[in-house]
Amino acid sequence: MTKHVVLVEDETNIAEAIRFLLGREGWRVETLANGSSAVDVIRTVCPDLVMLDVMLPGKSGFEILKELRADPAFADLPILMLTARGQARDREMAKDAGVSRFMTKPFSNAEMLEAVHSLTAATPTAS
Amino acid sequence: MAGHKQADLAAIVGISASYLNLIEHNRRRIGGKLLLNIASALGVEPTTLTEGAEAALIAALREAADDTGLSGPEVGRADEFAGRFPGWADVLANAQRRIATLERTIEALTDRLAHDPHLAASMHELLTTAAAIRSTASILADTKTLEPEWRDRFHINIDQDSRRLADSAQSLVGYLEADPETTPAASSPQEEVEAFLAAHRFQFTVLEQAGQDETAIQDLVNSAPELKSVAARHIARTVLQQVAVDADALPIERIRDVIETVGRDPMALAQHVHQPVGRVLRRMAAMPELGAGLLVCDRSGTVIFRKSIEGFMVPRFGAGCPLWPLFAVLGNPGLVVKERVEQLGRGNAEFECIAACEVQSVHSYNAQPLVQSVMLILPAQGLATGPRLEVGATCRVCPRGNCPARREPSILNDGV
Repeated sequence: MTKHVVLVEDETNIAEAIRFLLGREGWRVETLANGSSAVDVIRTVCPDLVMLDVMLPGKSGFEILKELRADPAFADLPILMLTARGQARDREMAKDAGVSRFMTKPFSNAEMLEAVHSLTAATPTAS
Repeated sequence: MAGHKQADLAAIVGISASYLNLIEHNRRRIGGKLLLNIASALGVEPTTLTEGAEAALIAALREAADDTGLSGPEVGRADEFAGRFPGWADVLANAQRRIATLERTIEALTDRLAHDPHLAASMHELLTTAAAIRSTASILADTKTLEPEWRDRFHINIDQDSRRLADSAQSLVGYLEADPETTPAASSPQEEVEAFLAAHRFQFTVLEQAGQDETAIQDLVNSAPELKSVAARHIARTVLQQVAVDADALPIERIRDVIETVGRDPMALAQHVHQPVGRVLRRMAAMPELGAGLLVCDRSGTVIFRKSIEGFMVPRFGAGCPLWPLFAVLGNPGLVVKERVEQLGRGNAEFECIAACEVQSVHSYNAQPLVQSVMLILPAQGLATGPRLEVGATCRVCPRGNCPARREPSILNDGV
């Protein structure tokens, strides 16, 4: 069965690379470049995984994360945050808001794929 | 040891040149008859030879003890340690000074990283572009059979991103290389004004002449290359208008004369010249011989004027320490606060701070007056006899523990 990921990333070229890498593995990738419609799209699509940038136009990744976790239907949804904001404070904020995994840019493709595999192979746990 | 060759002086006082060399470099303590002989040969007071370097060494050792929490009887034996192990004492003192220098660098960089919107945006841009390039380049390198359509697209993406990365990096380097102390990369109208005032060394001789009108101010503003924005020119005009009013009411020469008779206490000066304390503080800040700093904030607590003084750090971005007397008088027009202040985290420099709050608006019924606070920062003279107020620059770089005014953790204590 095809797995479905919603990728919320405003950097076109990063989104394109991720779309290629996951698409090659059989993932269906829904890409959003704006945070404002992300929660609605995720509610409609009910993906297996959400990949979320932090600094987004419209609505920040933290806001999207909090809204999703406030909804019991998405309490266990694997959410991988990809951000250039790697400060300890940002990690803490993401963890408190219920992120499943936090990765700092620039990451390697192997790291990103490993995170995707581990998050979708088992029950996600916050790291 | 000006005027004497080392070997001659050693011969006069009856010691070897190498031993004298050790003394000169604070590697041997000097005292007793030898001290008197050398002082006599040089024609100076004995204390001149011992106080400066040795006091600095012992102060650095005590500072190191303070910073590392050394307690007990050993703390009081810094001079004995310096005497018995002068080489090790120098090593420790130098390490302490080096730490202080590095802490200052960290403060400045952290302040910029945390609060400088330009720097934060530039770093984000760099990291994001690097992420795109890294990911795309890996795909190109690792994928043996890549469809031509994808391959071409990724080549175009890498080309775009590498150009973007080069531009961002160049822009960032240019920004970082601009030394804020000498060539401020003015990114706000307030910074343009500060650059303008610094270029004039905060002195405007033309405005000290009685009866200066708006034309002189306009000429100063129009001829200032630092004032690029309309907002900066507006702020500069306001500052200069205040200078002109102050100069008219209390010329620099007048206050200079009065200081000679009543000393440099602002309250005594204000009473003597029958002028508001705030005006006296501003005038004193314009006297280069006092080496004073000045901060002015409006009713919101925003610092709207700053004249820097070495050792008293005012954050370039974000809010300062709420314990500064500047803020203590805010909302209390007429109140004047004088405090011996020690700013922690920057070599623990001490200052005499005098702050006053002034009403800016015209009085009217049932209207809260607009006020502003003025704080003069003078280098501390002599040893403190009374209590000292321990303040910081801003919470993020302040090491003070259990501070009732702390807004956020310190990177120096908590690493966050």
